[in-house]
Amino acid sequence: MIESGQWEPKIVAFLCNWCSYAGADLAGTSRIQYPPSIRIIRVPCSGRIDPLFILASLQKGADGVLVSGCHPGECHYLTGNYSARRKFALLKSLLEHMGLEEGRVQFSWVSASEGVRFAKVVEEVTARVRALGPANKLLKKVPGGLLDVSTHP
Amino acid sequence: MSQLTHEIREAARGLLRDGKAQVVIGFEPGSLPLRSRPCFIRKEKDIERLVWSGFCETNVARYLPKRKGKVAIVAKGCDSRALVELIKENQITRDQLVIIGVPCEGMIDRRRIEAEMGHELIVEAEEKEGSLVVRTADSEKILDRKEYLFEHCKACTHPTPVVYDVLLGQPPGPQEAIDAFSDVDAFSALDREERWAYLVQETSKCIRCYACRNACPMCYCPECFVDATQPQWVGKSTGLSDTIIFHLVRAFHLAGRCVACGACEQACPMGVDIRKLNRKLQKDVIDLFHHEAGCSLDEVAPLATFRLDDPEPFMVEP
Repeated sequence: MIESGQWEPKIVAFLCNWCSYAGADLAGTSRIQYPPSIRIIRVPCSGRIDPLFILASLQKGADGVLVSGCHPGECHYLTGNYSARRKFALLKSLLEHMGLEEGRVQFSWVSASEGVRFAKVVEEVTARVRALGPANKLLKKVPGGLLDVSTHP
Repeated sequence: MSQLTHEIREAARGLLRDGKAQVVIGFEPGSLPLRSRPCFIRKEKDIERLVWSGFCETNVARYLPKRKGKVAIVAKGCDSRALVELIKENQITRDQLVIIGVPCEGMIDRRRIEAEMGHELIVEAEEKEGSLVVRTADSEKILDRKEYLFEHCKACTHPTPVVYDVLLGQPPGPQEAIDAFSDVDAFSALDREERWAYLVQETSKCIRCYACRNACPMCYCPECFVDATQPQWVGKSTGLSDTIIFHLVRAFHLAGRCVACGACEQACPMGVDIRKLNRKLQKDVIDLFHHEAGCSLDEVAPLATFRLDDPEPFMVEP
């Protein structure tokens, strides 16, 4: 954020509609403070997350990505988060293997009743990404600065 | 004529004559030494074109998705694994296929032979009992074929087809135990920035021709994510960011499906180390989900299923 004059990370958060998005909502309505570093994108289920979404976020200027869904066993679609978990395990391992910093891409489970937990997750994720500094490895550099996101629907 | 060539021709003749297959997919000699090319034999008079050599590296399973009618196919170990995956993914049915299994001794990387011969014009190459006699206009060398195999052939765990209707040649002896993933471990041991630098160096060579995708037996989507324009998921440039993302996602789409046939690398005109990422995923799928692609017709694809106790040590726990 610019106010403090200190660099703050931009983190794209993919939250599932049924648990984590509601958890974020609860954190808000309960007036729980958490770092304003995240940009929330609501998805129907954590199983909806294509690894390409995560990579595209990093390409378009995100410093970190958080994906959050219902706890195992609590998925609205019964098994979406289980399928997602397998994808996440492979993706996280692959990204780190190729030399991306550990912690750029993170995953968590937050239920609709866990407003406090959501705030803590965001705090922890923000702290880790802040420590890593700005992401530039997958950033797409175009003449005249960053990619203009508005031209990419 | 090698014994295997003879046996392949006889098998093909029988199948075509009895009407058990309308086409036999195999290999014929290429127009240059050290080459072969896939061929489609439909008539008995063409059977003499079929051959077998150490240069039949193309994965012929590539020609199968959505093919109609009865097909006979000459398959090495990796081809047969691709067949298993294609059958499981409903690209072809087992009933349509007559698999002529050929035990494979590893395919010879002709680029290595060419380098060994100082890039002089090779006029003749002949395989004899584990060695390879290569002649240029004014020299001749006898090479040990084992030394010139493709990297993925050296690390091959299934040289004998896993599924077949007839198995030709000699039944292979017990296989030497190999540490199939030592290369992945060695790469993991490098410093993070070294790994990144290597990836940058390799992907910078890529010209986005998609030969790797087109050669891959498991890449059969009618519209690939790189070709989609509504929305356009990945930029078309050869800039580093777009290229790395292309390679990452390509590898990811093959997670738990890649049969390690090396078709992508053989097809690459720029010599990109394409399989670096695939190898890591292959190892992870085995370590985490205990699944090796193309080994069983009954196992479900690892990313199409789950276990309640799948490992999740990476989750953020505040």
